[in-house]
Amino acid sequence: MIPGILPLLAITIPLAAAALILATGRHMNLRDSVTLGAAASMVIVVLAMLPEILAGGRIGITLIPLLPGGDLALRVDALGMIFGIVASVLWLLNSLYSIGYMRALNEHDQTRFYFCFAIAIAAAIGIAFSANLVTLYVFYEILTLITYPLVVHVGTPEAMQAGRKYLAYLLGGGICLLAATILTYTLTGTTEFIPGGFLAGAGAAALSLQVIFLLYLGGFVKAAWMPFHAWLPAAMVAPTPVSAFLHAVAVVTAGVFGVVRVAGWVYGVDLMADLNLGVLLAVIASFTIITASLFALAQDNLKRRLAYSTVAQLSYILLGVSMLSTAGLIGAVIHIPFHAFQKIALFFCAGAVIVGAGRENISDMKGIGRKMPVTAVMCAAAAAGICGLPPFCGLVSKVYLTIGAVQAGELALLGVIIVSAVLNVAYFFPIIHTMIIARPSDDRALDTVTEAPLIMLVPIILAVTASVAFFFFPATPFLDLAEIAISDMSGAGMP
Amino acid sequence: MNAVISQLPPLLIVIPLLGALAALLLGKWNRAFAYPISLAMIGFQFAVSLVLMESVMDGDVIHYYLGGWPPPLGIELVIDSFNSFVLVVILALALLTAVWAHKGADLDIVPEKKVSFFVVFQLLITGLCGMAVTGDLFNLYVFLEISSIAAYTLVAAGRNPRSLIAGFNYLILGSIAAGFIVIGIGYLYIATGTLNMGELAVMLPAHYGQTTVYAAFLFMMIGFSIKVAFFPLHLWLPDAYTEAPAAVTILIATATSKVTAYAMLRVIFSVFTLQYVTDSFPVTELILIIAAIAIIAGAVLAIAQDNLKRMLAYSSISQMGYIMFALGVANQAALAGGILHIMAHAVMKGCLFMVAGMIIYRTGFTAIRQLSGLSRRMPVACAAFAIAGASMIGVPPTIGFMSKYYLVLGAVEAGEYLAAAVLLAGSLLAAVYIWQVIEVMYFGDIHDEDLGGGLEAPASMMVPVIILAASCLLLGIFVELPLEVVGPAAAMLLGGG
Repeated sequence: MIPGILPLLAITIPLAAAALILATGRHMNLRDSVTLGAAASMVIVVLAMLPEILAGGRIGITLIPLLPGGDLALRVDALGMIFGIVASVLWLLNSLYSIGYMRALNEHDQTRFYFCFAIAIAAAIGIAFSANLVTLYVFYEILTLITYPLVVHVGTPEAMQAGRKYLAYLLGGGICLLAATILTYTLTGTTEFIPGGFLAGAGAAALSLQVIFLLYLGGFVKAAWMPFHAWLPAAMVAPTPVSAFLHAVAVVTAGVFGVVRVAGWVYGVDLMADLNLGVLLAVIASFTIITASLFALAQDNLKRRLAYSTVAQLSYILLGVSMLSTAGLIGAVIHIPFHAFQKIALFFCAGAVIVGAGRENISDMKGIGRKMPVTAVMCAAAAAGICGLPPFCGLVSKVYLTIGAVQAGELALLGVIIVSAVLNVAYFFPIIHTMIIARPSDDRALDTVTEAPLIMLVPIILAVTASVAFFFFPATPFLDLAEIAISDMSGAGMP
Repeated sequence: MNAVISQLPPLLIVIPLLGALAALLLGKWNRAFAYPISLAMIGFQFAVSLVLMESVMDGDVIHYYLGGWPPPLGIELVIDSFNSFVLVVILALALLTAVWAHKGADLDIVPEKKVSFFVVFQLLITGLCGMAVTGDLFNLYVFLEISSIAAYTLVAAGRNPRSLIAGFNYLILGSIAAGFIVIGIGYLYIATGTLNMGELAVMLPAHYGQTTVYAAFLFMMIGFSIKVAFFPLHLWLPDAYTEAPAAVTILIATATSKVTAYAMLRVIFSVFTLQYVTDSFPVTELILIIAAIAIIAGAVLAIAQDNLKRMLAYSSISQMGYIMFALGVANQAALAGGILHIMAHAVMKGCLFMVAGMIIYRTGFTAIRQLSGLSRRMPVACAAFAIAGASMIGVPPTIGFMSKYYLVLGAVEAGEYLAAAVLLAGSLLAAVYIWQVIEVMYFGDIHDEDLGGGLEAPASMMVPVIILAASCLLLGIFVELPLEVVGPAAAMLLGGG
């Protein structure tokens, strides 16, 4: 087999699926089988690369020369593999769920929906496997544009408004990323990701490197750090599978992935420390974690509360990077998949409540668990996972982050983690209480409520099961991959 | 050099001129003859331009002396990597426009006038070819006037009476510009005694300090700035683009504006040379500032428009700023980006104007708000609009992104960080004006139900649109191919060739 064919396949499968989806749009069952078939084969292709990556290898392929300093090139390494597995596996779950959700609500323009979804996944995989900044940027922009039709799917004036906000933030971010890429290229003559970074040898002034880092951060506005997070709650007008896609599968994941990539493979830990960029990241992340958690408390709309929870949880990853210590970085990297599996389950539950009960506000969900037991229990489990309770994988990444904070000697960061844990409980447990324990407001309130269809429950159960499994076996494969990734990027002397 | 190839440059002009005459005469006899002859002539020119580009790609230059008279006595035609590239681009666009116009001309041209319409159409293209191949400054002016007069006529040829006013307006400003240019050329002749570009480049350095040369430069710059509609001398353009027949708008927006931009770059770099505009008479900084203003102002004005063609016209003013931006930065990367943008903008703006024309052809809609839900009626045309629009914004991996990347790279290398930021901001503004169309097309509700669905335009209009939309993507992904010509062309201009 040609080396490098697998990463190329991983991108072309969803692209080919997109074309097939358009071609088979008239036949609903055929079209949806295309999506499922592509998702399943993509999982197989991505997992087929896992053994070689776990053995410390890399799989690369250069497609075409594109620009000075950056061919269109793919290279799979441990960090990219983590994102790749998250995107492909969750796409499979999300596709199953979408089919149930979109059919149950009889949504319009489903062909467009699945078409955009498939291309968006190709872009996400492209980001995960990109070998240099130019390739990353190309797929990053494609992801922005192709998710726009998904966000504004309902087509109401409110949705269009949200869509404009979405585009303004993300295209603005794209411009920053492009500027940062070009500046990096002019300083060093390359944009190729190198473990441990390549900017240190450029001999550039500290101030300009700091400014470029700010541009990168602006570029990765997909990570929804405050105060540039407003696009994410606004995008909640989208259908629930799209929210799940934004929050777990690809979009925000691409943002935090980009930050980790740039920190470790462009700047390098030592340079980050020299330039005090860790402090900058820590301030941004701490501010975001606390503020977003407080915002989450105030939301009555379940999806909006989850959105603010995502904003806060993503900043855990930035916080881990900011520690610039081994444990902190590992915590950051494994929080990407662990948060994704738990958050997708939560969004699936929110969607199940919309389908089964037609309700979006938490205050209307009193006692809903009596009629929707599976959804309510799974929702409680996933929420407990995000709060960092056993036996869910959220605990694993939080333990690493805590160790990282202690290792770095930053008690302030430890304080942030503790305060945030309290806030997590404060905004998640009322949901669990309302759904399971509280009594319905009157006897007839639950008459119209039914459990969501099986095709939607299966992905929820699978996601929750996975997060339990990752608690008991964190090493397979995410922790192992994270350790390989971190040992790749860290030079000697890191605490 | 192959003997046949070396004879091609004059044939590029002469045969189509004879062809135009034949089309006119045969067309008087039977109207059906005019269009095929014009199409065949443009196809011939396109084929010749491809052969010429292929033969100069490795750095050769073809010199042809008309009548065997060497300069300064005779007129010289020169083919090098820069103008052969421009020729291929504009002739490809002209050919596609001509195919499009087979049906598209019905929109604004009454049947009795179609013969003369296509004859003038072809004269315009031939004038542009002349501008591109000539190595003689006065000859350049002559061809510029041939193509301009043809353009004034075509703009005014529509059924719409406002096209007459727009054409007249264009005629007045265009003639003023021509006056400026010819005065400038006269001054250069006074200073040096030659009109051959190659000789001027050699002789001018001795006269760099003279007021005559300064004046010549300024006159020509202002003249060309009007012709290319460089902000704030763009006032003729919005009306001309909006009111002209659809096919004419496409041709002027793609071919005419690009060749004029070519001529401006040629005069600045091959007659006055880089050294003149950076050292003796440092105007590049000023051009860069005006270009930055043009990019922003054009885009802001485009955002404010409700008429689709007028919005695209203001977008052209903004995009012309990109090409002038390259001139202002004047280094290898930026100039390569600028030349690449000549192609990129021709391809994407051609596609956008074709779709705008097809919308009018099928529905009569001209306002953006009328396009609500159009993607359900014209899915292919709207998809083409979306792709070309993405290229206009500069989304990777489209060709519009590639030229923008090189322009920003050049600006950053030159230390012009502010200018680079303005250019990037310009692409955000482009996103706003393109997106307000896409939003309406794709996510608006259909208002007038009685128009029905399935309004896709006929194949002869659709094929050019699909080719251009695909080119936006393919030329971007395989940008190495145009760069093989563009890179050397930029290097040649910087070297004063």
